[in-house]
Amino acid sequence: MTYEIRPIETSAPPRPRLIQMPAVETPKPTAPQTAEAADQAQAKVAIKDLRFYYKNYEALKGINLTLHDKRVTAFIGPSGCGKSTLLRVLNRIYELYPDQRATGQVLVDGQDILDPRQDLNLLRARIGMVFQKPTPFPMSIYDNVAFGIRLYERPSARELDERVEEALKRAALWDEVKDKLRESGLSLSGGQQQRLCIARAIAVRPEILLLDEPASALDPISTQRIEELIADLKSDYCIVIVTHNMQQAARSSDYTAFMYLGQMIEFDTTETIFTHPKERQTEDYITGRFG
Amino acid sequence: MNIMNIYARRRAVNFAIMSLSLLATATGLLVLFLILWSLLRQGLPALSLAFFTQSTPAPGNIGGVMNAIYGSLVMTVVATLVGTPIGILTGTYLAEFSRGSHLAQAVRFINDILLSAPSIVIGLFVYEVMVVRMGHFSGWAGAVALAIIFVPVVVRTTENMLVLVPASLREAAVALGAPRWKVIVLVVYRAAVQGLLTGVLLAVARVAGESAPLLFTALNNQFWSTDMNAPMANLPVVIFQFALSPYADWQLLAWGGALLITLTILALNIFARLMASWSSFGK
Repeated sequence: MTYEIRPIETSAPPRPRLIQMPAVETPKPTAPQTAEAADQAQAKVAIKDLRFYYKNYEALKGINLTLHDKRVTAFIGPSGCGKSTLLRVLNRIYELYPDQRATGQVLVDGQDILDPRQDLNLLRARIGMVFQKPTPFPMSIYDNVAFGIRLYERPSARELDERVEEALKRAALWDEVKDKLRESGLSLSGGQQQRLCIARAIAVRPEILLLDEPASALDPISTQRIEELIADLKSDYCIVIVTHNMQQAARSSDYTAFMYLGQMIEFDTTETIFTHPKERQTEDYITGRFG
Repeated sequence: MNIMNIYARRRAVNFAIMSLSLLATATGLLVLFLILWSLLRQGLPALSLAFFTQSTPAPGNIGGVMNAIYGSLVMTVVATLVGTPIGILTGTYLAEFSRGSHLAQAVRFINDILLSAPSIVIGLFVYEVMVVRMGHFSGWAGAVALAIIFVPVVVRTTENMLVLVPASLREAAVALGAPRWKVIVLVVYRAAVQGLLTGVLLAVARVAGESAPLLFTALNNQFWSTDMNAPMANLPVVIFQFALSPYADWQLLAWGGALLITLTILALNIFARLMASWSSFGK
Protein backbone atom coordinates (compact mmCIF):
# COMPACT_ATOMS: atom_id res chain seq x y z
CA MET A 1 0.00 0.00 0.00
CA THR A 2 1.30 3.38 -0.88
CA TYR A 3 0.11 6.64 0.48
CA GLU A 4 -0.04 9.70 -1.62
CA ILE A 5 -0.92 13.23 -0.86
CA ARG A 6 -4.01 14.08 -2.75
CA PRO A 7 -4.11 17.60 -4.17
CA ILE A 8 -6.69 19.73 -2.45
CA GLU A 9 -9.27 20.86 -4.91
CA THR A 10 -10.41 24.44 -4.84
CA SER A 11 -14.01 23.38 -4.89
CA ALA A 12 -13.52 21.19 -1.84
CA PRO A 13 -15.45 22.03 1.31
CA PRO A 14 -13.66 24.30 3.78
CA ARG A 15 -10.78 22.60 5.49
CA PRO A 16 -11.69 21.18 8.85
CA ARG A 17 -10.26 22.74 11.94
CA LEU A 18 -7.14 21.17 13.27
CA ILE A 19 -7.98 18.46 15.72
CA GLN A 20 -8.64 19.25 19.32
CA MET A 21 -5.82 19.21 21.80
CA PRO A 22 -7.30 17.92 25.03
CA ALA A 23 -4.06 17.79 26.95
CA VAL A 24 -2.78 21.25 26.21
CA GLU A 25 -4.06 24.12 28.28
CA THR A 26 -2.73 27.04 26.27
CA PRO A 27 -3.91 26.46 22.74
CA LYS A 28 -2.87 29.78 21.19
CA PRO A 29 0.82 30.50 20.78
CA THR A 30 0.60 32.95 17.91
CA ALA A 31 4.08 32.75 16.50
CA PRO A 32 5.52 29.28 15.96
CA GLN A 33 8.10 29.65 18.68
CA THR A 34 10.86 27.15 19.23
CA ALA A 35 9.48 25.79 22.43
CA GLU A 36 12.07 23.08 22.11
CA ALA A 37 14.76 25.57 22.97
CA ALA A 38 12.81 26.75 25.98
CA ASP A 39 12.52 23.22 27.36
CA GLN A 40 14.83 22.59 30.27
CA ALA A 41 15.00 18.86 29.55
CA GLN A 42 18.36 17.43 28.65
CA ALA A 43 19.03 15.88 25.30
CA LYS A 44 19.38 12.13 25.80
CA VAL A 45 19.66 10.80 22.28
CA ALA A 46 21.04 12.60 19.24
CA ILE A 47 20.37 10.95 15.89
CA LYS A 48 22.56 12.19 13.07
CA ASP A 49 22.08 11.45 9.38
CA LEU A 50 20.66 8.03 10.13
CA ARG A 51 20.02 5.89 7.08
CA PHE A 52 18.51 2.43 7.22
CA TYR A 53 18.40 -0.29 4.62
CA TYR A 54 16.33 -3.42 4.17
CA LYS A 55 18.64 -5.17 1.71
CA ASN A 56 18.94 -2.40 -0.88
CA TYR A 57 15.78 -0.54 0.01
CA GLU A 58 16.45 2.68 1.86
CA ALA A 59 13.81 2.89 4.57
CA LEU A 60 15.25 5.86 6.47
CA LYS A 61 16.73 8.63 4.39
CA GLY A 62 18.96 10.69 6.63
CA ILE A 63 17.15 11.25 9.91
CA ASN A 64 18.30 13.97 12.30
CA LEU A 65 16.54 14.14 15.62
CA THR A 66 17.07 14.84 19.30
CA LEU A 67 15.22 12.95 22.03
CA HIS A 68 14.95 14.53 25.46
CA ASP A 69 15.29 12.90 28.82
CA LYS A 70 12.17 12.77 30.99
CA ARG A 71 10.01 13.64 28.02
CA VAL A 72 7.76 11.64 25.73
CA THR A 73 8.46 11.84 22.02
CA ALA A 74 5.86 10.46 19.63
CA PHE A 75 6.63 9.22 16.12
CA ILE A 76 3.63 9.58 13.85
CA GLY A 77 3.11 8.99 10.16
CA PRO A 78 1.36 6.64 7.76
CA SER A 79 2.18 2.93 7.64
CA GLY A 80 5.52 2.24 6.04
CA CYS A 81 6.90 5.70 6.77
CA GLY A 82 9.74 4.31 8.84
CA LYS A 83 8.66 5.19 12.37
CA SER A 84 8.88 1.65 13.69
CA THR A 85 12.13 1.17 11.79
CA LEU A 86 13.55 4.23 13.51
CA LEU A 87 12.48 2.89 16.89
CA ARG A 88 14.10 -0.47 16.15
CA VAL A 89 17.41 1.24 15.40
CA LEU A 90 17.53 2.73 18.88
CA ASN A 91 18.19 -0.64 20.54
CA ARG A 92 19.66 -2.21 17.40
CA ILE A 93 17.14 -5.01 17.54
CA TYR A 94 17.09 -4.96 13.74
CA GLU A 95 20.42 -6.81 13.90
CA LEU A 96 18.50 -10.02 14.50
CA TYR A 97 17.86 -9.92 10.77
CA PRO A 98 20.93 -10.12 8.57
CA ASP A 99 19.58 -8.12 5.62
CA GLN A 100 19.06 -4.98 7.68
CA ARG A 101 21.67 -2.34 8.37
CA ALA A 102 21.98 1.25 9.51
CA THR A 103 24.48 4.02 8.82
CA GLY A 104 24.96 7.36 10.52
CA GLN A 105 25.18 8.09 14.21
CA VAL A 106 22.91 7.52 17.17
CA LEU A 107 24.48 9.16 20.20
CA VAL A 108 23.13 8.12 23.57
CA ASP A 109 24.70 10.36 26.20
CA GLY A 110 27.28 11.23 23.58
CA GLN A 111 28.25 7.65 22.82
CA ASP A 112 27.54 6.25 19.38
CA ILE A 113 25.51 3.07 19.81
CA LEU A 114 25.89 2.16 16.14
CA ASP A 115 29.58 1.60 16.81
CA PRO A 116 30.30 -2.06 16.02
CA ARG A 117 32.20 -2.33 19.30
CA GLN A 118 29.04 -1.52 21.25
CA ASP A 119 27.99 -4.54 23.36
CA LEU A 120 24.49 -5.24 22.11
CA ASN A 121 23.16 -7.03 25.18
CA LEU A 122 24.32 -4.27 27.52
CA LEU A 123 22.85 -1.68 25.19
CA ARG A 124 19.49 -3.42 25.20
CA ALA A 125 19.55 -3.70 28.97
CA ARG A 126 19.81 0.11 29.05
CA ILE A 127 17.04 0.63 26.51
CA GLY A 128 13.73 -1.10 27.21
CA MET A 129 11.21 -1.92 24.52
CA VAL A 130 7.52 -2.78 24.51
CA PHE A 131 5.91 -4.20 21.40
CA GLN A 132 2.64 -3.79 19.61
CA LYS A 133 1.26 -7.14 20.68
CA PRO A 134 1.75 -8.17 24.30
CA THR A 135 4.60 -10.68 24.50
CA PRO A 136 4.50 -12.31 27.92
CA PHE A 137 6.95 -15.18 28.20
CA PRO A 138 5.46 -18.62 28.84
CA MET A 139 6.31 -18.51 32.54
CA SER A 140 4.80 -17.13 35.72
CA ILE A 141 3.96 -13.45 36.17
CA TYR A 142 6.76 -13.21 38.72
CA ASP A 143 9.33 -14.87 36.46
CA ASN A 144 8.29 -12.62 33.58
CA VAL A 145 9.20 -9.52 35.56
CA ALA A 146 12.28 -11.13 37.14
CA PHE A 147 13.59 -12.36 33.77
CA GLY A 148 15.47 -9.20 32.84
CA ILE A 149 16.73 -8.55 36.38
CA ARG A 150 18.23 -12.04 36.62
CA LEU A 151 20.12 -11.51 33.36
CA TYR A 152 22.46 -8.89 34.75
CA GLU A 153 22.14 -8.93 38.50
CA ARG A 154 22.34 -11.49 41.28
CA PRO A 155 19.86 -10.08 43.75
CA SER A 156 18.95 -11.93 46.92
CA ALA A 157 15.49 -13.50 47.00
CA ARG A 158 14.17 -10.61 49.07
CA GLU A 159 15.70 -7.95 46.84
CA LEU A 160 14.25 -9.69 43.81
CA ASP A 161 10.80 -9.80 45.42
CA GLU A 162 11.06 -6.08 46.06
CA ARG A 163 12.21 -5.30 42.53
CA VAL A 164 9.35 -7.32 41.03
CA GLU A 165 6.82 -5.65 43.31
CA GLU A 166 8.23 -2.21 42.54
CA ALA A 167 8.05 -2.80 38.79
CA LEU A 168 4.52 -4.19 38.94
CA LYS A 169 3.40 -1.26 41.07
CA ARG A 170 5.00 1.17 38.67
CA ALA A 171 3.17 -0.53 35.80
CA ALA A 172 -0.12 -0.22 37.74
CA LEU A 173 -0.58 -3.99 37.71
CA TRP A 174 0.37 -4.95 41.26
CA ASP A 175 -3.13 -4.81 42.76
CA GLU A 176 -4.47 -7.09 40.05
CA VAL A 177 -1.78 -9.76 40.24
CA LYS A 178 -0.31 -9.66 43.74
CA ASP A 179 -2.26 -12.77 44.75
CA LYS A 180 -1.36 -14.80 41.68
CA LEU A 181 2.28 -14.07 40.96
CA ARG A 182 2.93 -17.77 40.34
CA GLU A 183 0.27 -18.08 37.66
CA SER A 184 1.19 -17.99 34.00
CA GLY A 185 1.66 -14.59 32.42
CA LEU A 186 -0.49 -15.90 29.58
CA SER A 187 -3.49 -16.13 31.91
CA LEU A 188 -3.83 -12.34 32.03
CA SER A 189 -6.04 -10.24 29.77
CA GLY A 190 -4.51 -8.42 26.81
CA GLY A 191 -4.32 -5.08 28.63
CA GLN A 192 -2.83 -6.71 31.71
CA GLN A 193 -0.32 -8.59 29.56
CA GLN A 194 0.82 -5.32 28.02
CA ARG A 195 1.27 -3.74 31.44
CA LEU A 196 3.17 -6.87 32.46
CA CYS A 197 5.48 -6.28 29.50
CA ILE A 198 5.98 -2.67 30.60
CA ALA A 199 6.73 -3.89 34.14
CA ARG A 200 9.21 -6.37 32.70
CA ALA A 201 10.89 -3.60 30.69
CA ILE A 202 11.20 -1.13 33.59
CA ALA A 203 12.24 -3.81 36.10
CA VAL A 204 15.76 -3.74 34.64
CA ARG A 205 15.84 0.05 35.26
CA PRO A 206 16.53 1.17 31.71
CA GLU A 207 17.26 4.78 30.77
CA ILE A 208 15.14 4.86 27.64
CA LEU A 209 11.80 3.22 27.00
CA LEU A 210 10.74 2.43 23.44
CA LEU A 211 7.03 1.78 22.93
CA ASP A 212 5.99 0.43 19.54
CA GLU A 213 2.27 1.08 19.23
CA PRO A 214 1.81 -0.23 22.75
CA ALA A 215 -1.95 0.26 22.83
CA SER A 216 -3.02 -0.53 19.30
CA ALA A 217 -4.13 -4.07 20.19
CA LEU A 218 -6.02 -2.95 23.30
CA ASP A 219 -9.52 -1.78 24.10
CA PRO A 220 -10.13 1.89 25.00
CA ILE A 221 -10.04 1.35 28.75
CA SER A 222 -6.75 -0.56 28.63
CA THR A 223 -5.44 2.10 26.25
CA GLN A 224 -6.30 4.79 28.75
CA ARG A 225 -4.47 2.93 31.51
CA ILE A 226 -1.39 2.60 29.31
CA GLU A 227 -1.50 6.32 28.55
CA GLU A 228 -1.79 7.18 32.24
CA LEU A 229 1.14 4.91 32.81
CA ILE A 230 3.21 6.70 30.17
CA ALA A 231 2.43 10.04 31.80
CA ASP A 232 3.57 8.63 35.14
CA LEU A 233 6.75 6.99 33.82
CA LYS A 234 7.80 10.15 32.01
CA SER A 235 9.31 11.59 35.19
CA ASP A 236 12.05 8.93 35.13
CA TYR A 237 12.65 7.91 31.56
CA CYS A 238 13.25 9.15 28.10
CA ILE A 239 10.20 7.67 26.37
CA VAL A 240 9.65 7.19 22.67
CA ILE A 241 6.27 6.06 21.42
CA VAL A 242 5.28 5.02 17.93
CA THR A 243 1.59 5.44 17.35
CA HIS A 244 -0.99 5.42 14.62
CA ASN A 245 -3.42 7.18 16.84
CA MET A 246 -3.02 10.91 16.58
CA GLN A 247 -5.17 11.67 19.57
CA GLN A 248 -2.86 9.42 21.54
CA ALA A 249 0.19 11.30 20.30
CA ALA A 250 -1.50 14.59 21.15
CA ARG A 251 -2.55 13.39 24.60
CA SER A 252 0.56 11.67 25.79
CA SER A 253 3.63 13.22 24.18
CA ASP A 254 5.70 16.37 24.68
CA TYR A 255 7.34 16.21 21.29
CA THR A 256 6.07 14.83 18.03
CA ALA A 257 7.99 13.77 14.97
CA PHE A 258 6.04 13.42 11.74
CA MET A 259 7.61 11.01 9.31
CA TYR A 260 6.74 10.29 5.73
CA LEU A 261 8.40 7.96 3.23
CA GLY A 262 11.50 7.50 5.34
CA GLN A 263 12.04 11.17 6.02
CA MET A 264 11.57 13.31 9.06
CA ILE A 265 9.14 15.89 7.71
CA GLU A 266 8.69 17.87 10.88
CA PHE A 267 9.74 17.70 14.50
CA ASP A 268 8.59 20.07 17.18
CA THR A 269 6.70 20.24 20.41
CA THR A 270 3.48 18.30 20.22
CA GLU A 271 1.58 21.51 20.76
CA THR A 272 3.17 23.15 17.75
CA ILE A 273 2.76 20.11 15.53
CA PHE A 274 -0.92 19.84 16.29
CA THR A 275 -1.77 23.52 16.21
CA HIS A 276 0.69 25.26 13.91
CA PRO A 277 2.50 22.71 11.81
CA LYS A 278 4.97 24.34 9.46
CA GLU A 279 4.73 21.72 6.76
CA ARG A 280 1.73 21.21 4.57
CA GLN A 281 2.20 17.40 4.68
CA THR A 282 2.10 17.41 8.47
CA GLU A 283 -1.09 19.41 8.49
CA ASP A 284 -2.68 17.18 5.87
CA TYR A 285 -1.80 14.09 7.86
CA ILE A 286 -2.97 15.24 11.26
CA THR A 287 -6.21 16.59 9.89
CA GLY A 288 -6.91 13.21 8.33
CA ARG A 289 -6.56 14.33 4.75
CA PHE A 290 -4.31 11.40 3.98
CA GLY A 291 -2.70 8.49 5.69
CA MET B 1 -39.53 -24.44 -10.03
CA ASN B 2 -36.19 -24.44 -11.78
CA ILE B 3 -34.50 -23.31 -8.58
CA MET B 4 -36.12 -26.15 -6.69
CA ASN B 5 -34.62 -28.57 -9.20
CA ILE B 6 -31.15 -27.15 -8.67
CA TYR B 7 -31.47 -27.49 -4.93
CA ALA B 8 -32.82 -31.03 -5.20
CA ARG B 9 -29.85 -31.97 -7.36
CA ARG B 10 -27.39 -30.34 -4.98
CA ARG B 11 -28.90 -32.25 -2.08
CA ALA B 12 -28.64 -35.51 -4.02
CA VAL B 13 -24.99 -34.88 -4.94
CA ASN B 14 -24.24 -33.87 -1.36
CA PHE B 15 -25.83 -37.08 -0.09
CA ALA B 16 -23.91 -39.24 -2.56
CA ILE B 17 -20.52 -37.68 -1.80
CA MET B 18 -21.16 -37.72 1.92
CA SER B 19 -22.04 -41.43 1.77
CA LEU B 20 -18.89 -42.24 -0.18
CA SER B 21 -16.75 -40.29 2.30
CA LEU B 22 -18.30 -42.07 5.25
CA LEU B 23 -17.83 -45.41 3.54
CA ALA B 24 -14.15 -44.68 2.92
CA THR B 25 -13.66 -43.59 6.53
CA ALA B 26 -15.45 -46.68 7.80
CA THR B 27 -13.26 -48.94 5.65
CA GLY B 28 -10.11 -47.40 7.07
CA LEU B 29 -11.36 -47.65 10.62
CA LEU B 30 -12.61 -51.17 10.03
CA VAL B 31 -9.15 -52.39 9.01
CA LEU B 32 -7.67 -50.77 12.09
CA PHE B 33 -10.24 -52.39 14.37
CA LEU B 34 -9.83 -55.76 12.67
CA ILE B 35 -6.11 -55.61 13.39
CA LEU B 36 -6.72 -54.64 16.99
CA TRP B 37 -9.46 -57.27 17.32
CA SER B 38 -7.40 -60.15 15.99
CA LEU B 39 -4.46 -59.04 18.13
CA LEU B 40 -6.64 -59.00 21.22
CA ARG B 41 -8.32 -62.30 20.37
CA GLN B 42 -5.11 -64.16 19.64
CA GLY B 43 -2.77 -62.25 21.93
CA LEU B 44 -4.73 -61.91 25.16
CA PRO B 45 -4.53 -65.65 25.99
CA ALA B 46 -0.74 -65.35 25.87
CA LEU B 47 -0.56 -62.65 28.53
CA SER B 48 0.04 -64.84 31.54
CA LEU B 49 2.36 -64.27 34.48
CA ALA B 50 5.01 -66.40 32.76
CA PHE B 51 4.78 -64.14 29.70
CA PHE B 52 6.23 -61.27 31.71
CA THR B 53 8.50 -63.18 34.09
CA GLN B 54 10.26 -65.85 32.01
CA SER B 55 12.61 -65.83 29.09
CA THR B 56 11.90 -67.18 25.64
CA PRO B 57 11.48 -70.98 25.93
CA ALA B 58 12.48 -73.91 23.78
CA PRO B 59 9.54 -75.22 21.80
CA GLY B 60 7.14 -77.16 24.02
CA ASN B 61 8.31 -75.55 27.26
CA ILE B 62 6.58 -72.89 29.30
CA GLY B 63 8.15 -69.47 28.88
CA GLY B 64 7.65 -65.78 28.28
CA VAL B 65 9.30 -62.86 26.60
CA MET B 66 10.78 -61.06 29.61
CA ASN B 67 14.23 -61.01 28.01
CA ALA B 68 12.76 -59.48 24.85
CA ILE B 69 10.78 -56.87 26.78
CA TYR B 70 13.94 -55.94 28.68
CA GLY B 71 16.04 -55.81 25.51
CA SER B 72 13.53 -53.64 23.65
CA LEU B 73 13.24 -51.33 26.65
CA VAL B 74 16.99 -50.91 27.09
CA MET B 75 17.77 -50.40 23.43
CA THR B 76 14.90 -47.91 23.05
CA VAL B 77 16.05 -46.00 26.13
CA VAL B 78 19.65 -45.85 24.87
CA ALA B 79 18.43 -44.75 21.42
CA THR B 80 16.31 -42.05 23.09
CA LEU B 81 19.18 -40.83 25.26
CA VAL B 82 21.52 -40.66 22.27
CA GLY B 83 19.00 -39.43 19.73
CA THR B 84 17.18 -36.73 21.70
CA PRO B 85 20.08 -34.31 22.26
CA ILE B 86 21.37 -34.74 18.71
CA GLY B 87 17.89 -34.29 17.27
CA ILE B 88 17.00 -31.28 19.40
CA LEU B 89 20.31 -29.52 18.82
CA THR B 90 20.13 -30.09 15.07
CA GLY B 91 16.53 -28.91 14.98
CA THR B 92 17.55 -25.85 16.98
CA TYR B 93 20.34 -25.09 14.53
CA LEU B 94 17.93 -25.35 11.60
CA ALA B 95 15.24 -23.21 13.21
CA GLU B 96 17.32 -20.60 15.04
CA PHE B 97 20.71 -20.22 13.46
CA SER B 98 20.75 -21.40 9.86
CA ARG B 99 18.74 -18.66 8.17
CA GLY B 100 18.80 -19.94 4.60
CA SER B 101 22.44 -21.03 4.57
CA HIS B 102 23.48 -23.73 2.15
CA LEU B 103 24.58 -25.96 4.99
CA ALA B 104 21.11 -25.81 6.50
CA GLN B 105 19.47 -26.68 3.21
CA ALA B 106 21.77 -29.66 2.85
CA VAL B 107 21.11 -30.78 6.43
CA ARG B 108 17.35 -30.46 5.93
CA PHE B 109 17.51 -32.44 2.69
CA ILE B 110 19.64 -35.22 4.15
CA ASN B 111 17.39 -35.36 7.19
CA ASP B 112 14.35 -35.83 4.96
CA ILE B 113 16.10 -38.69 3.16
CA LEU B 114 17.04 -40.28 6.47
CA LEU B 115 13.46 -39.85 7.66
CA SER B 116 12.11 -41.89 4.78
CA ALA B 117 15.03 -44.32 4.39
CA PRO B 118 13.94 -47.98 4.64
CA SER B 119 14.88 -49.09 8.14
CA ILE B 120 16.47 -52.28 6.84
CA VAL B 121 19.04 -50.17 5.02
CA ILE B 122 19.95 -48.52 8.31
CA GLY B 123 20.25 -51.99 9.85
CA LEU B 124 22.64 -53.05 7.09
CA PHE B 125 24.65 -49.86 7.53
CA VAL B 126 25.14 -50.46 11.24
CA TYR B 127 25.93 -54.11 10.48
CA GLU B 128 28.74 -52.90 8.21
CA VAL B 129 30.23 -50.30 10.55
CA MET B 130 29.71 -51.97 13.92
CA VAL B 131 28.80 -55.65 13.80
CA VAL B 132 31.42 -56.62 11.22
CA ARG B 133 34.15 -54.64 12.98
CA MET B 134 33.26 -55.88 16.45
CA GLY B 135 32.91 -59.38 15.11
CA HIS B 136 29.58 -60.10 16.76
CA PHE B 137 26.02 -58.89 17.09
CA SER B 138 25.33 -56.70 20.10
CA GLY B 139 22.77 -54.65 21.98
CA TRP B 140 24.89 -51.55 21.40
CA ALA B 141 24.68 -52.01 17.63
CA GLY B 142 20.90 -52.38 17.96
CA ALA B 143 20.64 -49.22 20.02
CA VAL B 144 22.76 -47.28 17.52
CA ALA B 145 20.57 -48.44 14.63
CA LEU B 146 17.48 -47.32 16.52
CA ALA B 147 19.12 -43.98 17.35
CA ILE B 148 19.80 -43.37 13.66
CA ILE B 149 16.10 -43.83 12.98
CA PHE B 150 15.25 -41.74 16.02
CA VAL B 151 17.26 -38.60 15.18
CA PRO B 152 15.56 -37.40 11.96
CA VAL B 153 12.10 -37.63 13.52
CA VAL B 154 13.18 -35.38 16.38
CA VAL B 155 15.06 -32.99 14.07
CA ARG B 156 11.96 -32.50 11.97
CA THR B 157 9.51 -31.99 14.83
CA THR B 158 11.94 -29.75 16.74
CA GLU B 159 12.47 -27.46 13.77
CA ASN B 160 8.74 -27.27 13.06
CA MET B 161 7.87 -26.54 16.68
CA LEU B 162 10.55 -23.86 17.12
CA VAL B 163 9.54 -22.12 13.91
CA LEU B 164 6.01 -21.86 15.31
CA VAL B 165 7.25 -19.77 18.25
CA PRO B 166 6.48 -16.20 17.20
CA ALA B 167 9.42 -13.93 16.38
CA SER B 168 7.92 -11.31 18.68
CA LEU B 169 8.71 -13.51 21.67
CA ARG B 170 12.37 -13.74 20.66
CA GLU B 171 12.50 -9.99 20.04
CA ALA B 172 10.99 -9.32 23.45
CA ALA B 173 13.67 -11.41 25.15
CA VAL B 174 16.45 -9.90 23.04
CA ALA B 175 15.15 -6.41 23.83
CA LEU B 176 15.72 -7.10 27.53
CA GLY B 177 19.38 -7.71 26.79
CA ALA B 178 19.28 -11.51 26.87
CA PRO B 179 22.09 -13.22 24.97
CA ARG B 180 21.04 -15.52 22.16
CA TRP B 181 21.46 -18.80 24.01
CA LYS B 182 19.39 -17.60 26.93
CA VAL B 183 16.66 -16.46 24.57
CA ILE B 184 16.52 -19.96 23.11
CA VAL B 185 16.86 -21.96 26.32
CA LEU B 186 14.76 -19.83 28.64
CA VAL B 187 12.08 -18.52 26.30
CA VAL B 188 11.86 -20.37 22.99
CA TYR B 189 12.25 -23.90 24.39
CA ARG B 190 9.80 -23.12 27.13
CA ALA B 191 7.25 -21.86 24.64
CA ALA B 192 7.66 -25.00 22.54
CA VAL B 193 8.24 -27.58 25.27
CA GLN B 194 5.08 -29.59 24.64
CA GLY B 195 5.82 -29.78 20.95
CA LEU B 196 9.39 -30.88 21.60
CA LEU B 197 8.28 -33.62 23.99
CA THR B 198 5.63 -34.74 21.53
CA GLY B 199 8.31 -35.13 18.89
CA VAL B 200 10.44 -37.25 21.22
CA LEU B 201 7.47 -39.45 22.14
CA LEU B 202 6.58 -39.97 18.49
CA ALA B 203 10.17 -40.96 17.79
CA VAL B 204 10.07 -43.45 20.69
CA ALA B 205 6.87 -44.91 19.27
CA ARG B 206 8.54 -45.14 15.87
CA VAL B 207 11.64 -47.04 17.00
CA ALA B 208 9.89 -49.24 19.58
CA GLY B 209 8.26 -51.25 16.82
CA GLU B 210 11.20 -51.51 14.42
CA SER B 211 12.39 -55.04 13.64
CA ALA B 212 14.38 -54.67 10.43
CA PRO B 213 17.25 -52.61 11.86
CA LEU B 214 17.61 -55.03 14.77
CA LEU B 215 17.79 -58.18 12.62
CA PHE B 216 21.35 -57.36 11.57
CA THR B 217 22.49 -55.64 14.74
CA ALA B 218 21.10 -56.90 18.04
CA LEU B 219 19.91 -60.11 16.42
CA ASN B 220 18.21 -62.02 19.22
CA ASN B 221 19.06 -63.91 22.34
CA GLN B 222 17.16 -66.86 23.63
CA PHE B 223 18.37 -66.29 27.17
CA TRP B 224 18.14 -63.59 29.77
CA SER B 225 21.03 -61.23 29.12
CA THR B 226 21.73 -57.68 30.18
CA ASP B 227 25.07 -57.53 28.39
CA MET B 228 24.89 -54.82 25.77
CA ASN B 229 28.01 -56.28 24.15
CA ALA B 230 26.22 -59.54 23.42
CA PRO B 231 23.33 -60.28 21.07
CA MET B 232 20.17 -59.00 22.71
CA ALA B 233 16.61 -60.21 22.65
CA ASN B 234 13.95 -57.76 21.56
CA LEU B 235 10.23 -57.93 20.94
CA PRO B 236 10.07 -57.22 17.19
CA VAL B 237 12.63 -59.89 16.25
CA VAL B 238 11.13 -62.43 18.69
CA ILE B 239 7.74 -61.82 17.09
CA PHE B 240 9.28 -62.25 13.65
CA GLN B 241 11.00 -65.53 14.51
CA PHE B 242 8.27 -67.07 16.63
CA ALA B 243 5.49 -66.15 14.24
CA LEU B 244 7.32 -67.93 11.41
CA SER B 245 7.97 -71.02 13.52
CA PRO B 246 5.81 -74.16 13.23
CA TYR B 247 5.27 -74.44 17.00
CA ALA B 248 1.88 -73.38 18.37
CA ASP B 249 3.25 -72.19 21.75
CA TRP B 250 5.85 -69.98 20.04
CA GLN B 251 3.15 -68.58 17.78
CA LEU B 252 1.06 -67.76 20.82
CA LEU B 253 3.96 -65.88 22.39
CA ALA B 254 4.39 -63.98 19.10
CA TRP B 255 0.75 -62.90 19.26
CA GLY B 256 1.21 -61.79 22.84
CA GLY B 257 4.31 -59.81 21.93
CA ALA B 258 2.55 -58.17 18.99
CA LEU B 259 -0.33 -57.15 21.24
CA LEU B 260 2.03 -55.75 23.87
CA ILE B 261 4.01 -53.70 21.36
CA THR B 262 0.88 -52.39 19.64
CA LEU B 263 -0.71 -51.29 22.89
CA THR B 264 2.52 -49.60 23.98
CA ILE B 265 2.81 -47.66 20.75
CA LEU B 266 -0.88 -46.79 20.87
CA ALA B 267 -0.46 -45.47 24.40
CA LEU B 268 2.62 -43.45 23.42
CA ASN B 269 0.78 -41.91 20.48
CA ILE B 270 -2.25 -41.03 22.55
CA PHE B 271 -0.01 -39.53 25.21
CA ALA B 272 1.85 -37.51 22.57
CA ARG B 273 -1.47 -36.21 21.24
CA LEU B 274 -2.57 -35.22 24.70
CA MET B 275 0.72 -33.43 25.29
CA ALA B 276 0.30 -31.49 22.07
CA SER B 277 -3.22 -30.42 22.97
CA TRP B 278 -2.22 -29.39 26.48
CA SER B 279 -0.02 -26.77 24.92
CA SER B 280 -0.46 -23.61 26.94
CA PHE B 281 0.80 -21.79 23.92
CA GLY B 282 -1.19 -19.90 21.33
CA LYS B 283 -4.59 -18.29 21.73
